[in-house]
Amino acid sequence: MIGPTSSMTLGGHFTYFVTVFLMVAGLFIVISRSNLIKKLVGLGIFQTSVYLLYIAPAKLIGGTAPILNDAFTVYSNPLPHVLILTAIVVGVATLALGLALVVRIREAYDTIEEDEILEHDAKPEGDGHPL
Amino acid sequence: MNLVAHLPALQVVVPLIAAPLTVLLRRRSVAFAVALVASWIALAISMLLWLQVAHSGTITYAIGSWPAPWGIEYRVDRLNSFMLVLVSGIAALVLPYSRASIEAEVPPQQHYLFYTMFVLCLTGLLGIAITGDAFNVFVFLEISSLSAYVLIALGRNRRALFAAYQYLLMGSIGATFLVIGIGLLYLMTGTLNLADMGQRISNVQGTRPVLAALAFITVGVSLKLALFPLHQWLPNAYTFAPSAVSAFLAATATKVAVYVLLRFYFSVFGESAVFGNLPMEQMMLILALAGMFAASTIAIFQTDLKRLFAYSSVAQIGYIILGLSFDSVSGLTASIVHLFNHGITKGAIYMLLGCVALGMGGTSLARVQGLGKRMPLTSFGIVIGGLSLMGVPGTAGFISKWYLLLAALEKGQWWLVLMIVLSSLLAALYVWRFVEAAYFHEPRKDTANVTTTPWLMSLPTAILVVAIVYFGFDTSFTIGTAADAAASVLGGRR
Repeated sequence: MIGPTSSMTLGGHFTYFVTVFLMVAGLFIVISRSNLIKKLVGLGIFQTSVYLLYIAPAKLIGGTAPILNDAFTVYSNPLPHVLILTAIVVGVATLALGLALVVRIREAYDTIEEDEILEHDAKPEGDGHPL
Repeated sequence: MNLVAHLPALQVVVPLIAAPLTVLLRRRSVAFAVALVASWIALAISMLLWLQVAHSGTITYAIGSWPAPWGIEYRVDRLNSFMLVLVSGIAALVLPYSRASIEAEVPPQQHYLFYTMFVLCLTGLLGIAITGDAFNVFVFLEISSLSAYVLIALGRNRRALFAAYQYLLMGSIGATFLVIGIGLLYLMTGTLNLADMGQRISNVQGTRPVLAALAFITVGVSLKLALFPLHQWLPNAYTFAPSAVSAFLAATATKVAVYVLLRFYFSVFGESAVFGNLPMEQMMLILALAGMFAASTIAIFQTDLKRLFAYSSVAQIGYIILGLSFDSVSGLTASIVHLFNHGITKGAIYMLLGCVALGMGGTSLARVQGLGKRMPLTSFGIVIGGLSLMGVPGTAGFISKWYLLLAALEKGQWWLVLMIVLSSLLAALYVWRFVEAAYFHEPRKDTANVTTTPWLMSLPTAILVVAIVYFGFDTSFTIGTAADAAASVLGGRR
């Protein structure tokens, strides 16, 4: 497995490398950043990488939408595209809700840094009853 | 036009339609009525489906009349008809309860939105349970999760906001892991229909993408069901959410996630692939035991009852996963029956805590001192719930623990019997913390003016408490269905 074969594999798996890189980068941002907005950005990158995981294998280079016509012989798989359309909507909704929560958190705590919020909560006066 | 034939679709469609209606109607009493009717219809439908499945076997329903492997299929069998009854039953009881409960906890102008989110969450949970399509599971999971985040954020304390945010992060990561797993499975099998996937997977069994899919789905769903090391979101979410929300989510959300795990393990990957070739049994066993002991121990040292019982939930999830790890019909029966029994127990406890919060002005152990004198019935109800968590005979919790013990003995694992009994003792300790505060302390002076619980709150709560005792004696519904369900999901491969 040297020379052309391995480079072929690398080329053939190019989209997977991109996908996994984005996935890990996104997850790393969520874990390592303390800023709530940056965490959401990381989450967005993480979710976007999954879109690539679905779309890349479904798209054939030179393939068209699957509308039967004599002029075309190569068609792309439409199903993953549709699934990801749904996943994008879900991702947008999650991001919107997350940002809305951050706005409310900023109003309540006057900060969007996770460690400062935890500091506030650790103080006795921040520790109220749920009701 | 036969309405009965369309029951599987209506199960999801009715609450789904109710959600925009509550927004459009805006008036909170009207919104409440719409949500209540929708949840009761959902309960009636789920019972009809349960009866239908019990008599004539699995129901399949092609959405939009597109036949199964291509179109989305709803498939109701013994296992998920049981889940549907649990989810819609709890919703039908918590909704009337919520009206008086949120009165004190949520600003009035947000009430109609509360009902919207509640029925949306119900829609999502019912959808996860009923669908036979892998991607549909993800979509419904997100519907239920997104509405759950909003419901938690409605809590009065500002920490509810941060709890909801943390749950949103963890929940989204979990759901995304699930989609990655489903995507890999789709790449390998070319189908999204769960039953079809289960058949086609035998050609690619053991390949690396399928193993990766198994790993992603296990981790993703474990986040959702709060398996021990992945439970970090749960205590805060349950503690700071409005009482009605805690009751609904504690009784249903994690249980439905367990169902998703069961479905993928036994209907898609197949029991031999999950437990035969991988050390999953041992891993599940270790995580379950760690959860049972660590979470119960943490629960003992809590000062707030809502948080105490939240950690107890994590421990109880451990029992469910322990039953799963036995990989036997009796183990799975114990798991499924504990899903139900723990669901009603925790639902009842959180509803009672809502009454306590309303009457005593809080749920911290310091505040509930002398609860036995101030609110004797409520206090007694929590004791019954606590006995069920410990697994004392005469309560629902005993039944599931008994079956868990039988399953452990069947495997010849004597030391596990000891472990189950020991962890029950830990449960006894944290329940004792409540009993001590409620019965062995004089009531505080500032809790002298206890507000009486409105009947709309006490009636559904009482029904659920009675159910805990009832299902401790009459097990024909719970054990009957669970044993059938366990045999049917394992049966094909034995």
